[in-house]
Amino acid sequence: MAHVPSQAKVVVIGAGIVGNSLVHHLAQLGWRDIVQLDKGPLPNPGGSTGHASNFIFPVDHSREITDLTLDSMRQYKEMGVFTESGGFELARTEERMEELRRRMSSARAWGIDAELVSPEFVKEKVPFIETDQFIGAFWTPSVGVVDSLRAGTLMRESALATGALTVVPGVEVTGLDVEEGADGHRRISRVRTTDGDIEAEHVVIACGVWSPKIGAMAGVSIPLTPAVHQMISVGPCPQLAATDGEISFPIVRDMDTFCYERQHGADMEVGSYAHRAILYEPEEIPSIEQAKLSPTEMPFTSDDFDPQLEQAYELMPDLLGAEGAEMRYAINGLLSLTADGSPILGESHVKGLWTAAAVWIKEGPGVGRAVAEWMVRGHSEIDVSHSDIARFHPHQLRREHTKLRTTEAFIKTYGIVHPAEQYESDRPQRLAPMHASQQKLGAVFFETGGWERPHWYESNAGLLDEYGDAVMPREHEWDARWWSPIINAEHLRMREAAGVIDLSAFEVFDIEGPGALDTVQVTCVAQCDVQVGKVVYTPVLDAAGGFRSDLTVMRLGEDHFRVVTGAAHGPADRQWFADHVPADGATTLTSRTDDISTIGVWGPRARDILAGLTSDDVSDAGFGFLSCREIPLNGTTVLASRISYVGELGWELYVGKDDAAAVWDALLEAGSSYGAVPVGIGVYGTTGRIEKGYRAFGFELDGERSIVEAAMQRPKVKAAEFVGKAAYLAQRDAPPAAVLCTMTVDNHVSASGTRRYMLGGEPILTREGGTLTDDHGHHPYVTTAGSAPSLGQHLLLAYLPPDEAHLGNELAVSYMEELYPVTVRSVDATGLWDPANERIR
Amino acid sequence: MILVLVETSLEGEAVEVSREAVTFARALSAAGGDRPIDAVTVGEPSADLVATLASYGVRRVHALTGDAFTSYAGAAWASGLISVQEQTGADLVMAAGTPRGNEVMAHVAARTDVAMAANVLAFEGLDPFVVTRQVVGGAALEEMRLGDRVAVLTVAGHAVEPRRAETPGAGELVVETPSIAEADLVARVVSTDEPEPDLSGALTSSRVVVGAGRGAGSADGFTDLLELTDLLGASLGVSRVVTSLGWRPHHEQVGQTGSRISPDLYIPCGISGAIQHWAGCASSKTILAVNTDVDAPMVTKATYAVIGDLHEVVPAINAEIRRRRG
Amino acid sequence: MVDVLVCVKRVVDSSSEVVLTDDAQAVDGRYAGFTMSAHEECAVELAVRAAADAGTTRVVTLGDEDAVEQLRHALAVGCSEATHVVADSSAFGPADVAREMAAVARDHDSQLVLLGNDAADSGDFQVGIRLAYALGWPVINGVSTVTVADGTVTASGTGPEGHETYEVPLPAVVTVLEGGVEPRYPTVTGRMKAKKVQIEEREPTTAPTGPSRVRLLLPPPAPSDVQILGNGPEAAPAVVDVLEQLGVLAR
Repeated sequence: MAHVPSQAKVVVIGAGIVGNSLVHHLAQLGWRDIVQLDKGPLPNPGGSTGHASNFIFPVDHSREITDLTLDSMRQYKEMGVFTESGGFELARTEERMEELRRRMSSARAWGIDAELVSPEFVKEKVPFIETDQFIGAFWTPSVGVVDSLRAGTLMRESALATGALTVVPGVEVTGLDVEEGADGHRRISRVRTTDGDIEAEHVVIACGVWSPKIGAMAGVSIPLTPAVHQMISVGPCPQLAATDGEISFPIVRDMDTFCYERQHGADMEVGSYAHRAILYEPEEIPSIEQAKLSPTEMPFTSDDFDPQLEQAYELMPDLLGAEGAEMRYAINGLLSLTADGSPILGESHVKGLWTAAAVWIKEGPGVGRAVAEWMVRGHSEIDVSHSDIARFHPHQLRREHTKLRTTEAFIKTYGIVHPAEQYESDRPQRLAPMHASQQKLGAVFFETGGWERPHWYESNAGLLDEYGDAVMPREHEWDARWWSPIINAEHLRMREAAGVIDLSAFEVFDIEGPGALDTVQVTCVAQCDVQVGKVVYTPVLDAAGGFRSDLTVMRLGEDHFRVVTGAAHGPADRQWFADHVPADGATTLTSRTDDISTIGVWGPRARDILAGLTSDDVSDAGFGFLSCREIPLNGTTVLASRISYVGELGWELYVGKDDAAAVWDALLEAGSSYGAVPVGIGVYGTTGRIEKGYRAFGFELDGERSIVEAAMQRPKVKAAEFVGKAAYLAQRDAPPAAVLCTMTVDNHVSASGTRRYMLGGEPILTREGGTLTDDHGHHPYVTTAGSAPSLGQHLLLAYLPPDEAHLGNELAVSYMEELYPVTVRSVDATGLWDPANERIR
Repeated sequence: MILVLVETSLEGEAVEVSREAVTFARALSAAGGDRPIDAVTVGEPSADLVATLASYGVRRVHALTGDAFTSYAGAAWASGLISVQEQTGADLVMAAGTPRGNEVMAHVAARTDVAMAANVLAFEGLDPFVVTRQVVGGAALEEMRLGDRVAVLTVAGHAVEPRRAETPGAGELVVETPSIAEADLVARVVSTDEPEPDLSGALTSSRVVVGAGRGAGSADGFTDLLELTDLLGASLGVSRVVTSLGWRPHHEQVGQTGSRISPDLYIPCGISGAIQHWAGCASSKTILAVNTDVDAPMVTKATYAVIGDLHEVVPAINAEIRRRRG
Repeated sequence: MVDVLVCVKRVVDSSSEVVLTDDAQAVDGRYAGFTMSAHEECAVELAVRAAADAGTTRVVTLGDEDAVEQLRHALAVGCSEATHVVADSSAFGPADVAREMAAVARDHDSQLVLLGNDAADSGDFQVGIRLAYALGWPVINGVSTVTVADGTVTASGTGPEGHETYEVPLPAVVTVLEGGVEPRYPTVTGRMKAKKVQIEEREPTTAPTGPSRVRLLLPPPAPSDVQILGNGPEAAPAVVDVLEQLGVLAR
């Protein structure tokens, strides 16, 4: 047995599917002196990989997860450990059939072969199923099972063969040493183990359910929780024993009972996600010696499983009730869950300390590749920003939050989850200073980054009568869930008079000092070396020229910049800028999020409202577009910035927290005489921006998209260096592989005569329903869908193949398995509303 | 006074664990009161047996004889023992922690309505009388108070070394034929046969046994182990978890639940050595353990050990054997 | 036809390293889980077989609310009825348990009571025998096969002189050692049936006098004189040297 070396380039903690994949890809990318540790023995150290059911259904509503899954399937196939079985997802109810239709949309959008089939079709392939138990199914022929332990061994051996890797099983990590560098950054320096210490440049925590325990050794919170997934094995079943190999029948996911049935040789494995959420603390997991089977195979609690057993029996009575078929193996298997369901990947706030945790078998090899690329090159081919450990806000790093959210979400594992669905637990966390006023106004709050943000105000319900059908009411419950026509009424009033919008959730941070200009110049694409008092909107790129963010930068002084970005992605953006602050000891990055509240006032009467509250000159001549300065207002001083994300004249006002409620009230009061109303995020985040063709990070913009594809390129590129510049220059010289376009839906009426409104994620097809493919090999799907009340249209944004990106092109969108005609109305960033931007001036 | 039930072998000798029990009784006696020690045997003992017991410090040997004792009946033995206890006024009745010892003492305790401590390893004190005994199959210990008028206990095997007394006892033989109630003879052995042929014959008679436990990892994890078994002309024995997971058939199981083996060499691979498994392999002459954990009970109890994963170590051993054989 | 009562105890599964509770009064089951002992699993199997023709098999336990899990397991593998004496089993000594089991046997007119030879946790080796005296019935101890015919129970097991057989008229008590039968696993339908059985709940008949436990402790690690031959595959030559010395390498 190898001993731990005293030094390493990188120490990977964990020899499950993630750790094994990671060492393989790090070695492939040329790293040497890789050390892999695990407390348990090989090839099964006793973590979640060892008891995984090992099947893969490729279709997920999330593109990121689907991409990782498809990449993993490719790798498993290359290793020869993938067996295609096909898989069914059953619907017992009409509501579930609708969800399966929505799943078809995702399958088409990601280009995965799938179809909706009848119970008889299922019976043909799964002869022991009872067809009277369900009404239809979603059939994915490419579903299969993998041998994840074998895959892990193969990947470990491939890394060993390069001479880059030392594997040391049976070694427990007892500590992680962190040192503070001259630049003030805390950096990983050493891994302490039961077999000696290792000095290491990089350390990756890839130890699944134990990751929080290891992270805590360096003061890093890895907010996942070990949770129970129950599984039993019933056999031998004569129907299965007669077949060769591990699996001959398609896997069945019985979606409405939250169960699956998966053949494993002569046995049928029945797994469940229907039971109560059973959570553990990572410290409560037994040692190998204390555990009966393995540390992550906890004692089975049969009471929790009984209802599922009955449902499974109803579905397959002949098989599960077969003579001699016994329940020989039953476990409460531990796996890792996170509050938002996404993995936890990337570098922590301790430099050099990475994590790759909360990963399922279906994503393992893909995650290994992505994180290895990220470590070696600084970015990964597959955009994994939704899984970035930097995404968490402080309140989300509490174990309590993870427990409450996973408890609430557990039943959603196979649930029907609306894309806008809100969590109920662990709220409220962060309240705007004007929260009390908003409650009185009947605000309906949605949560972003812990902030309670009014999505619309019931107090504006009176506007519905005023605007009538112009608010584009939605008659189908699904389309109208988590939505209100009041949003569109608020939109129309804002365009007509003005709206006051609470933007307290903005992430705001100041960069000050001699290196401040360099910091923003190197991170931002746009020229930030502007006059003091100017506001810059800019993309932020990674080294490969993919989007890391888009945000605004204000120059408040020669050596003082203020960065303002969205709440959801705020922590990751702040971390990115902090990582680029020079180590001169004098340049600082300070978060102002908690002491500054932002209020927007926009609309044709915004200037009148502001003028009535300030002695300053807010005329166009006195306060030009894209400029900012402090002005007196309502007895205090606010930083006013003249920009707009909704396409109207107006300002963002940065107000001290203590004064924000008073300023809010003053704006509403002063505004009321001009017809202004409070306006929610429904307008700010969707209707206002898409009428203007404004893009949003996380929707249109992500690491796999370029400025050119998003049609956001400016005539010139600044001379100063910035991250991603070389890639961006190359992108500008090449024709785009896809073009972001805006489309209108020409006819909303479904076959049953109901007007339907797409919500996003739907595939764009030819008018006849044929598949479109862009030059990446991707298929177009709707990145944002929403009402454009001022146009009386429902707009869809999507990246189209360049050939299809021409005005007037007639295509179709598939929604719930019906085609609706659409027409391309914009092939660049030009808004359909006020294309000349006259209203902003 | 202390009364010890002594079990005898087919050859009429005091079995080792009974001699241990007498040795233990002597320690109790020495600790307080120098209580005399009497033994009880079933059937008339040979002069050798009486002499042996005397050398262990026994004052009197009470031999239970008569028709009631020709074949085993736990209640009858207990009844005879109680008659001796009553007649001698013994305040402590004990036996070795064998199946019979535990059974007879349980009868004694039930009939006299006192507590009983099974499988005692040591005593902590006499007043109060606190003993330490094995529980959870020996994986844990219990300190237990015995405060009754008559204390009843059994002594766990190997709790003490059997040792003769510095001052031998008188060794006086008293033959007794107590009257036994018919009810106490209802449950008695009606026939004794030769042990049935063992289905796991190869396993129990092999000179070399290769063992495999949870460390095998899966049903497919036995390839290298079977090759080693082949190379050594050995048998494969497995731990309970391996059979309960269905990786290997039950007849290969070694332990309390399975076969008891006593090969010249036992090579347990990936077996931590839980007490239940140890019960089945403790009499192996030499143990060579392969385990990832240097602190695993199987490693600490072994003669030799290799620290490492069986999936790495066993193929290397196989290759080395093939190499030396050319 | 015979009505069998089989007594089981919810115990910590002790096949892995034993962990004690903080108060050292019990074995901690949070990692390893709970089960009934292998002896009792065999007793249940024998009881189910004995009653297979026409009789009933009632499983009984004395334990807290969670002990229902062991009753349901026994029902799932073929017991037909269940009684739960709801009580903290740690407060009951062997004599207390025997008294409670006797009360259940009397109330249900059981003719044959099967138990494990000894509880996997407390290892007292006496509940079955005390129960027999409480009922005034004969007791066969430590056998691994049990059959019932014509009002007689025939049982056998391994004794010091060979394979011993007992024949005892009913009613009787028998304590079972594992090894004679292979206990079955539950089937899906068995488990579903078990869920629907109404379990009789009862209180203990008398306050227990309690066990005589002072505390539990873990045995000290045995002294080791193991010779470590090496780590990992590099140790192979040293291993084969030992094999040669022991003379087990010759073909």
